[in-house]
Amino acid sequence: MAGFTRGFSGRQREESPELPPGQFLTHDFPVLSAGPTPRVDLDEWEFSINTETGEKHSWDWAALQALAIDDVSTDIHCVTRWSKLGTSWRGVSLDTLFAEVETSYDYTMAHSYGGYTTNVPLDDLLDGKAWIAFEFDGEPLDPEHGGPARLLIPHLYFWKSAKWIRSIEMTADDDPGFWEQNGYHIYGDPWQEQRYW
Amino acid sequence: MGRWKSGRVVSTREETPSGRSIVLDVPGWGGNIAGQHVDVRLTAEDGYTATRSYSIASADGSDRIELAVDRLPDGEVSPFLVDVLAVGDELEVRGPLGGWFVWKPEQTEPVQLIAGGSGIVPIVAMIRAHAAAGSRARFELLYSVRTPSDVFFASELEGLTTTYGRTTVYTREVPTGWPVLPGRVTREVLAEHTIPASERPSVFVCGPTGFVEAIADWLVELGHDPARVKTERFGGT
Repeated sequence: MAGFTRGFSGRQREESPELPPGQFLTHDFPVLSAGPTPRVDLDEWEFSINTETGEKHSWDWAALQALAIDDVSTDIHCVTRWSKLGTSWRGVSLDTLFAEVETSYDYTMAHSYGGYTTNVPLDDLLDGKAWIAFEFDGEPLDPEHGGPARLLIPHLYFWKSAKWIRSIEMTADDDPGFWEQNGYHIYGDPWQEQRYW
Repeated sequence: MGRWKSGRVVSTREETPSGRSIVLDVPGWGGNIAGQHVDVRLTAEDGYTATRSYSIASADGSDRIELAVDRLPDGEVSPFLVDVLAVGDELEVRGPLGGWFVWKPEQTEPVQLIAGGSGIVPIVAMIRAHAAAGSRARFELLYSVRTPSDVFFASELEGLTTTYGRTTVYTREVPTGWPVLPGRVTREVLAEHTIPASERPSVFVCGPTGFVEAIADWLVELGHDPARVKTERFGGT
């Protein structure tokens, strides 16, 4: 085929070094969810990390709020090609939540209220790379954006940042989660454009 | 899903004041499932590229795919596809993509389709696949549009009424002689014009974010199992 598209000159031309290949900037906050938005009462909310020995580390809302809370300013990148730069969040680092967890497994599966799942290697949750976030832009996180709390893993495509997070299960293998079973890449690095497989 | 393929425009048709349908011939495409989408990549002369995803309106198993694109006023790709692209032009496509918001002819349960505006595109693919397969699964469509001239695939949807049921809600302007005033879909309209939860339909909802959020919330309130309600949202909040 011809190397270029007749009549197309391009318009947005965002060449920001913060923008991974194939992404465009948005100042909006698109919503992408596979089904209805779950509504989770804070009274009933619980987050847990479950290991291969059957050990369960769990936090209710008050226990989560009592932990060290980070202010996080970061860029986010959706597989559908929008990126937002310099977004502000508050949340608890997964390093804090994993502090007492003993496991020999290298992989995790995040489970959400509503049934969503996504797989993440344990290394990608630790060392200051991931949070359980409950505020966006100074406000409690909207349910449609994953409130009351969602995973935030900014260095991976945003489908990995599971909304309505409920638990993280340790797994021996890197088993595919929901979108990974439906055509998305098993890992999802925006800088490598790991969108589909 | 594979690599980028070259698609050639074989026809275009104005569907609404802001949108048109485009038929592409893509050698090696090999068909797609109703409800899937495709990435379309445009390349400027200096090598700059812009890629967006579009729902596919066709699902006939051939190497031809039909898209229907609504022009976003601030868009970079949709104004080109609606206003500039011409028969004979080539562009690159990759797909089919998506394995969730899909309907297959072997499904026999009742299906409730709910579309807002250009959210009709993947829904049309399902209606076409249903008709082509001679499926006897109950199919009902609730379609919300601003005005009569905003209906995509109007004459085809009109002509297919024997294979599926249809309710159209006009939010701003109704056809001459229409029995109700213009207005948005409400929870009451939804309850009255969709398959009840007791019949356990599969429900597909596609449209702008606010529309899909409201509809999906009401469906759950009306007793539908959230696991049977599949959604596609577009636009921001």
